[in-house]
Amino acid sequence: MLSGILGKKAGMTTLFDEYGNAHNVTVIVAGPCTVVNKRTLEKDGYAALQLGYETEKQKNLIKPAEGYFRKQNVAPQKYLREFRIDKSALETYQIGQEIKVETVFGKGDFVDVTGTTKGRGFAGVMKRWNFAGFPMTRGTHFYRRHPGSIGNREWPGRVMKGKKMAGHYGNEQVTIQHLRIYKIDPKNNLIYVEGAVPGPAGELIEIRKSVKKAVKHKHKH
Amino acid sequence: MKTVKTVMNLIEKRQVREDLPDIRPGDTVRVHQKIYEGDKERIQVFEGVVIKRKRAHNRSSITVRKISYGVGVEKIFFVNAPTIEKIELVTRGKIRRSRLYYLKELKGKAARIEEER
Repeated sequence: MLSGILGKKAGMTTLFDEYGNAHNVTVIVAGPCTVVNKRTLEKDGYAALQLGYETEKQKNLIKPAEGYFRKQNVAPQKYLREFRIDKSALETYQIGQEIKVETVFGKGDFVDVTGTTKGRGFAGVMKRWNFAGFPMTRGTHFYRRHPGSIGNREWPGRVMKGKKMAGHYGNEQVTIQHLRIYKIDPKNNLIYVEGAVPGPAGELIEIRKSVKKAVKHKHKH
Repeated sequence: MKTVKTVMNLIEKRQVREDLPDIRPGDTVRVHQKIYEGDKERIQVFEGVVIKRKRAHNRSSITVRKISYGVGVEKIFFVNAPTIEKIELVTRGKIRRSRLYYLKELKGKAARIEEER
C-alpha cells in the first residue's frame, strides 16, 4: 500500500456527530495525485512512488523540469514528493496513474501530517518561546517583553549554546503525528482530520500513515 | 480547481439547518434536545429566554436562561447540532440590546421581558 498523499489545507471547522459531539476538524483537499516516477530497490535501493500534485502551466516550467515531465510522459506537476510503498505493491502502480484519497486512507485511520508553519518573521522571546515577560505596570520601565537574564557572571563568562532568544520564528517544516481521520469525502477529494495542521489555508500538506502504533480511541458520547 | 476558501464555505453552509425558526435574543423558546443515556434515548425540553445568540455559520449557538426551582440556569445550545430535535418559538420579546446579560442580576417581576406585538 501507498503510504501517503499530497494535499492542500483548506481550513478548520466544527462538525457534529450524531450524538451531538462537536469535532474540530481540519479540512484538507487531498489529491488526486499523479504517479510521476518510481523508485525501485534495484536502481535506488528503496521502493517509493514519486507523486505529483496539481498541474502546472507549461510556460511556468524551467527547462530541466519540462524535459523531465516529457521523458516521463505525464502532464507537468506543480509539486513533487516521494512516498514509500511496499516493494511488492510497486508493480500495481503505473507511471501516469491517478491516485485518489479513498485508495490510500479510510475513515478512522491515523495519519502524520507535514506542513510549513506560518512565518512570524523576527519574533521576540514571548511569542517564540512563551517567556512570561515582565509586569506591564507597577513601575516597569521600558522592560516589558524582555527575556531577563541570559546567563551568570564571570563563570562561565559566556552565554550557553542553545539559549532561547529572539529570532526568526515560523516558516519551518513541522509534522503533527497521530491525527485521526474523521471523515473522507471521495467525491470532492476531501479529508477531514481531527485536530490542527501546520500552516495557513492553501498550504501544501503531506499526509502519511502514522508511524506510531494506532491506539484504540474510545468513542464516547 | 476551486479555491480552498470556497471549499470551506460550501462545507460550512451544508451544516447549517434550515428547518429552525428565526430566533432572536429576548425570545422565549422551547428547545427539544435528544439525550443519550447508554443505548436509550429521550427528549429533554428546556424552556427559557434567549439571552445571547452567536452567529457563526455551523457553529452558531444560543444561550437560554430560565429560573429552575429558584435557581438561575443557563444552557448553551449549538443550534445546528443533530441532537436538537426542534426549537419552538413561544413568544417574541421586545428588547433594546442584543446581549441580555442584565437579566442575570434581576429577579422575579423585574426579569420579565415585554412581548412584542
